[in-house]
Amino acid sequence: MNHVKNLKEIRAVISRHKRWDSLFLVAGVMALMIAILTFIALFSHMLIDGMPRLSWDFFTSFPSRRPEAAGILSAWVGTTLVMLVTAVAAVPLGVAAGVYLEEYAPTNLLTEIIEINVTNLAGVPSIIYGLLALGLFVYQLGLGQSILAAGLTLALLILPIVIVATREAIRSIPVAIREGAYALGATKWQTVADHILPYSAAGILTGVIIGLARAIGETAPIITIGALTFIAFLPPAPVQAEFPFLSFEWLMAPFTVMPIQMFNWVSRPEEAFQANAAAAGLVLVVMTLLMNGLAIYLRYHLRKKIKW
Amino acid sequence: MVNEIMQTTRPGASTSSTIKSVVNNLTFRYGDFQALKDINMVVHEKQVTALIGPSGCGKSTFLRCFNRMHDLYPDNHYGGEIILHPDNENILSPNVDPIEVRMRISMVFQKPNPFPKSIFENVAYGLRIRGIKRRSILEEKVENALRNAALWEEVKDRLNDLAFNLSGGQQQRLCIARALATDPEILLFDEPTSALDPIATASIEELITDLKNKVTILIVTHNMQQAARVSDYTAYMYMGELIEFDVTDTIFIKPKNKQTEDYITGRFG
Ligand SMILES: Nc1ncnc2c1ncn2[C@@H]1O[C@H](COP(=O)(O)OP(=O)(O)O)[C@@H](O)[C@H]1O
Ligand SMILES: [Mg+2]
Repeated sequence: MNHVKNLKEIRAVISRHKRWDSLFLVAGVMALMIAILTFIALFSHMLIDGMPRLSWDFFTSFPSRRPEAAGILSAWVGTTLVMLVTAVAAVPLGVAAGVYLEEYAPTNLLTEIIEINVTNLAGVPSIIYGLLALGLFVYQLGLGQSILAAGLTLALLILPIVIVATREAIRSIPVAIREGAYALGATKWQTVADHILPYSAAGILTGVIIGLARAIGETAPIITIGALTFIAFLPPAPVQAEFPFLSFEWLMAPFTVMPIQMFNWVSRPEEAFQANAAAAGLVLVVMTLLMNGLAIYLRYHLRKKIKW
Repeated sequence: MVNEIMQTTRPGASTSSTIKSVVNNLTFRYGDFQALKDINMVVHEKQVTALIGPSGCGKSTFLRCFNRMHDLYPDNHYGGEIILHPDNENILSPNVDPIEVRMRISMVFQKPNPFPKSIFENVAYGLRIRGIKRRSILEEKVENALRNAALWEEVKDRLNDLAFNLSGGQQQRLCIARALATDPEILLFDEPTSALDPIATASIEELITDLKNKVTILIVTHNMQQAARVSDYTAYMYMGELIEFDVTDTIFIKPKNKQTEDYITGRFG
């Protein structure tokens, strides 16, 4: 008899507790829906407005006063080249800094201050980087309003992301693996080059792509350093027919990028330009999603052979 | 209990052999924590010396002095000497490069820790960092090491497979092969079977017994039966001190110290 009563009590307690489970489930799903629906609404709005404008010509035309003739050629070429500079500058710097902090830096106050600053740098508003770059790259170093200046600016912006990703990837390598290398008589550099870097490559690459995906949409710092909003020519081609075949003139060329092109069109009064802006936005979002997709792919497939 | 152990102890453990290493007044500190206190001991050449004692007594700390592993972390301090024969070098001396020590003395860890590389590259790594590049030499030495680790027959057809695809026991033998490939003077084992099942454990123990002919072995184990089965000499440690060191049979059958006896007979936590 006593046991039956006991059982009833237990069941009552369980069902009372389970109510919280269901409540949270509903709340969680709703929170998720708000986020997803907002994105879907924005995206479909852009899709409806911009889709009709997406054509081959849209990608191969320069901007124009006539909305139906205008395209994003100079913008996507500019974005691609700026991203190239950003990656080439941010990856070696960020990885080297991350490796130094994890493997070489002595544990002292100075290192700690540097570490805190690196983390905080990720939270600095991007326009501040633009101001810094305007003074340093554009005027001080005389790079002008060039692709190089823009790429370096965005590299600074994503440097903290690359550093943090590098450090996290390195930290996820078990101590036993590191000690295994040292125990065989490896030097610090051999351990880094033969083990630490290869095993954290997937994580670092993911961080780099996430950083680039952030940089690709940055507008404020690029405007600050003075990117053009209307540009009807391409930078000099990097590959040339005559000796020495490679040219770096493009680095110093004026440029525009996707978000600025978009911004330019959005601020036009004509209705037709809004459709252009939506189409450019669509391209930008797809570029970003593709980069994030690549990051996810790398995380799952490059790490497949490494399990700890 | 004592009788059981007597039966499992291998007969013929020799008591006279060359000395490979002498430990003189060894002390060790992690920051302010005194982990090893005035340890004096000898390591006999081509014999198995076991370090036993309750968890936290300093076995791993002691073992890791032999390959200067503690140099990897800040605030660690050695005192005293570990002399390596025949060259009479104190490997704890600040003038001796820890990398040189690690090239002479290999280590096998508690959990198998193969690199996420192929089986071949795992074994070849120690050779590569010694500057050996010739494929034929690498192949010969890798095969030898794998044979010595009793793994060759199992992996000879898949040397390019990832080491992670091996079973736990095979991984540990791979790590032994990796440590053997460079022809070390001493091989250190830190509880090499604690992450393995009984069958894999038995094969590792057998391997250790076989390896004795080639290399001096120092093994930490929390398992007394294991120490009794594989070792010729046993050191009993407690709270950072070496309580008793003797021929394994003596330690297990008639220890001189009361503390050792209590531990051996299980009257002690
Ligand atoms: N890195 C470390 N820093 C500080 N104390 C440590 C460290 N490693 C081990 N110790 C301490 O040193 C003592 C001996 O540890 P250890 O050698 O690992 O013992 P055992 O291998 O015999 O279980 C323990 O009290 C442990 O807490
Ligand atoms: Mg231990």
